[in-house]
Amino acid sequence: MGKMHVTSRINGELREFLCEPNQTLLDVLRDELGLTGTKEGCGSGDCGACSVVVNDRLVCSCLVLGVEAQNAEIETIEGVAGEELHPIQQKFLEHAALQCGICTPGFIVATKALLAKNPDPDEETIRYWLAGNLCRCTGYDKIIRAVQDAAKTLAHPA
Amino acid sequence: MGAYAYLAPQSVQEALSVLDDHLKRGERAQILSGGTDLLVQMRSVDKTPRLILDIKQLAEANRLEVTDQSIYIGAAVPSALMTENVDLQALLPGLMEAADLIGSTQIQGRATICGNLCNASPAGDSIPAMIAAGAQCEIASESGTRLLAVEDFVVGVGKNALLPGEFVLGLTIPRPAARQKDAYLRFIPRTEMDIAVAGCGVSVSVDAAGQCTAARVAIGAVAPTPRLVPEAAAALVGTTLDEAALAAAGAACTAASSPITDKRGTVEYRRKVIAVLCRRAVAIAKQRAIGA
Repeated sequence: MGKMHVTSRINGELREFLCEPNQTLLDVLRDELGLTGTKEGCGSGDCGACSVVVNDRLVCSCLVLGVEAQNAEIETIEGVAGEELHPIQQKFLEHAALQCGICTPGFIVATKALLAKNPDPDEETIRYWLAGNLCRCTGYDKIIRAVQDAAKTLAHPA
Repeated sequence: MGAYAYLAPQSVQEALSVLDDHLKRGERAQILSGGTDLLVQMRSVDKTPRLILDIKQLAEANRLEVTDQSIYIGAAVPSALMTENVDLQALLPGLMEAADLIGSTQIQGRATICGNLCNASPAGDSIPAMIAAGAQCEIASESGTRLLAVEDFVVGVGKNALLPGEFVLGLTIPRPAARQKDAYLRFIPRTEMDIAVAGCGVSVSVDAAGQCTAARVAIGAVAPTPRLVPEAAAALVGTTLDEAALAAAGAACTAASSPITDKRGTVEYRRKVIAVLCRRAVAIAKQRAIGA
């Protein structure tokens, strides 16, 4: 069958790419489109480092085929910041919610999806929502604080 | 076949004829819906190139309907979309809580309960809940669609009852009556993101006096396949779901189990825990049914 031609909208921009039928969306983003902000951790949907939003659903891009992205709307970490850092990114910095940083794009994309759905989540909701994002450095507490602070900031912009 | 191929048919007929063509040529084709099991298998245990047949473009597989008579959950409906449905939350809280136990937010954005069923793991959380709810699979085949009760669908570890060329279109579930409610409980050693050591799905109907008029009980992760346990249901019907009835139903679940010892638990432990889960799940379903 060879490579397939796919068109999707990525971070608001129409993109075309060629991919193998069994190539993951994660590999397409990183290797074909140069969007290396999305990280590969486990490659089996356990760690959440490759989290992206496809058609308004938070998913692991390692468990999506590139060819499935035909006509899809995709948001990656590259689409989060504007001219300045997004408040979620800013709060992750302020709360030292990252150390090595490999898991951080996934956490930020997942947090953005959570706050879009639920602008005022309690701690338990945050912890369950982010249970699919693994961090081996922070011990999670700083991440939870950053998410709570980001939610406050987004609800009451300065 | 030397390389992977991908196709997303627009009609059930097209999907069936592609499957049939591959069958006749002796080439492999596999159904893709949420992909949360399939993509993991493609990069680990089963790398053989094959046709990936994506059913997410099929209108039939995307059906999510609640009518006066029945509930339909298409094979392409992701778990998150299903559990967000307020009618389903009210009608089938047990099936919804089972689906909500499977994987993370990211997984639930893609995974489907029909995929959980087709994967046919002994520990698939949604399967005992489907059996308790009386779900039937709608199976598409060249000779038309056929219905098969979920308890007859899983035939072995990782093996389902689909014949070559068939695939699951969705699940049809009788709409629960006013005082009929379900519940699902599983045991895992942590609070989230793990595989069941044992799981129990129940559905009970009660009358105005609180007497149980009908019940279905199903067990998971304690036998090669999820199992319907009619003896447990029989122990509940005609009672007020009192302690003695719960204990008898739990004992029936233990008797119906044939677990293995593995890193998640021993035979003895699983046989004991399945009874506990049954008792607690019935108590939860009873409260829901009385409150309804």
